[in-house]
Amino acid sequence: MDLATFFIQLLNALQYGLLLFLIASGLTLVFGIMGVINLAHGAFTMVGAYLAWSLAELTGSFWAALALGIPLTVLLGAAVEWLFVRRLYARDHLHQVLLTFGLILILEESRSLLFGDDVHAVAVPALLSGSLPLTDTLSYPVYRLALSGACLALALAMAWVIRATRVGMMVRAGASNREMAEALGIPIKWVQLGVFSTGIALAGLAGMMAAPVSSVYPGMGNQVLILCFVVVVIGGIGSVKGAFVAALLIGLVDTFGKVVTLEVAGVKLLPQLAGMSVYLLMAAVLLWRPEGLFGRRP
Amino acid sequence: MQRRHFLAAATLSLALPPLARAQAAKLRVGLMLPYTGTYAQLGTAIENGLRLALAQGGGRLAGREAEFFKVDDESDPAKATDNANRLVTRDKVDVLVGTVHSGVAMAMVKVARESGVPLIIPNAGANAATGPACAPNVFRTSFSNWQTTHALGKVIAERGQKKAVFITWKYAAGEEAAAAFREGFEKAGGTVVKELYLPFPNVEFQALLTEIASLRPEAVGSFFAGAGAVKFVKDWAAAGLKDRIPLYGSGFLTEGVLPAQGEAAEGIVTTLHYADSLDTPRNKAFRAAYMAAYNKVEPDVYAVQGYDAGLLLQQGLEAAKGDPANRAALLAAMEGAEIDSPRGRWRMSRAHNPIQDIYLRRVEKGDNKVIGVAWKALEDPARGCKL
Repeated sequence: MDLATFFIQLLNALQYGLLLFLIASGLTLVFGIMGVINLAHGAFTMVGAYLAWSLAELTGSFWAALALGIPLTVLLGAAVEWLFVRRLYARDHLHQVLLTFGLILILEESRSLLFGDDVHAVAVPALLSGSLPLTDTLSYPVYRLALSGACLALALAMAWVIRATRVGMMVRAGASNREMAEALGIPIKWVQLGVFSTGIALAGLAGMMAAPVSSVYPGMGNQVLILCFVVVVIGGIGSVKGAFVAALLIGLVDTFGKVVTLEVAGVKLLPQLAGMSVYLLMAAVLLWRPEGLFGRRP
Repeated sequence: MQRRHFLAAATLSLALPPLARAQAAKLRVGLMLPYTGTYAQLGTAIENGLRLALAQGGGRLAGREAEFFKVDDESDPAKATDNANRLVTRDKVDVLVGTVHSGVAMAMVKVARESGVPLIIPNAGANAATGPACAPNVFRTSFSNWQTTHALGKVIAERGQKKAVFITWKYAAGEEAAAAFREGFEKAGGTVVKELYLPFPNVEFQALLTEIASLRPEAVGSFFAGAGAVKFVKDWAAAGLKDRIPLYGSGFLTEGVLPAQGEAAEGIVTTLHYADSLDTPRNKAFRAAYMAAYNKVEPDVYAVQGYDAGLLLQQGLEAAKGDPANRAALLAAMEGAEIDSPRGRWRMSRAHNPIQDIYLRRVEKGDNKVIGVAWKALEDPARGCKL
């Protein structure tokens, strides 16, 4: 691999890592901070992608689809919290797993009834549709770079809200001791409603923003779900910074795992085992630090 | 018994005999196809094709009505053996038809070999089904993975492009496609510089596209389908490779996904045993009949494969005089069948895989246009088959 190719692969890795962070960010909030296991996270990503596609078809503009889609996913998240999840905070994780697994089935079936089972594409908005030439054979789509920028901005915004604002303080207080926070006058029910619907909206937003590069298809949520959990677990439960670092690490391991050839004692390891590399990384991190990279030590 | 009930029962029993006789004589057809999940549409298209073939034969199979026993296989290999066994032992089907997913189909082959029930595979391309695992009662009306990419390799080399990269998913079908491509391409004088694999069903192509750009091959062959095919073709164009390196693929790359791929797919050359635009009276008649029967839905290659499964079943049962228990006659007729398919006439190889023309197609204005025949009457080598 020559130097130019190496740097382009590095760019690919960063870009993929940032996209992963975007998709996993909602789960960081809901699972990491609220402690709710949301198996339907991927399904909400799919909802976002289908919203982006259908609204873009309807309005003719990707931006309009984003502007309409975000409030819709916030409402969807709020409705799910208010109707179902609210009842399960005090219960153990198994009940949450059952509920959110049920949600996957309901969301997939509704998607099939409303939008059908076709594969769809969302056009890249004209403003960002160009490509930057990198070498004489390869160019880089501007949309992917813009997506990376948006992910970075989102990561900073999340970290700032949670660490440095009053709302963030309430969220953290509610997460670490619900009763005490309530006794101190924090409207905990509203905080939880807000955090959960924000988490769902982030999942939906990730689906919408990634739709032009990922295409829109049935079951797309299940593919990203496991990876999202890997991001949160490697990063350490409850840590936005951890999720960010973990997503970038996964991006690096996944990208270079596919293109580097590694042979130990005549046994071909890479790229043959590229499909496992991410999970090997997770296993290694958990052996070294069972609480994740930035998790609180028990 | 009360008088009124007696009367009712008597009336019923008068009405019953013809009905009961027909029921006893119904032919039991087990359909094991995906009706949910990614392959749901393929399952529906195959069933529609099969039903159309039966409807055109007067709605009967060798004079007998057909009763369908349907199972949604969910494309889940873990449930496949149980599902197939249930059709054979509980529903006592006379013949099995299925399926799309290769892993599930191989489980069906196993059940068919053990029970002796005839099996018709209307899609799954696993080489083994008509290779090492071939059996007198296992038939395929679709293709083997070997067929499509073997022809592709030859075509690319003959076009003067001698240095190629092949890219696909790391799973059974992908590896079979890559091996067949290498064989076809290198036999015709080309060299496969590198085979690139992605874990299935990962769609993060960017790293491998970068690799292709730095390898600078004269051509790239590929095997992807469905949502992965859409993303691959769009990423290929977005990476600026579209105008620099010619992209080829097994026909599934551009099958049923052209609207989603849009402009990015223009000019891609693929090989497949069918094309919607095939300009023959037989194909046109089929397409018109299918669209009339199914609410103007356009038939695709999967519908054709299902349709041919229906034709094959008809020929077999007619030879057996409608009696599936007469297995020798049934299997002999299916083995010797010549199918007048919308894709062109074909017959069975010794391993029961179609000997068929592989068409060369190019995407033009959102349509897979036939630009020639890549390989006339291509027969799968059926390696490891002892029939």
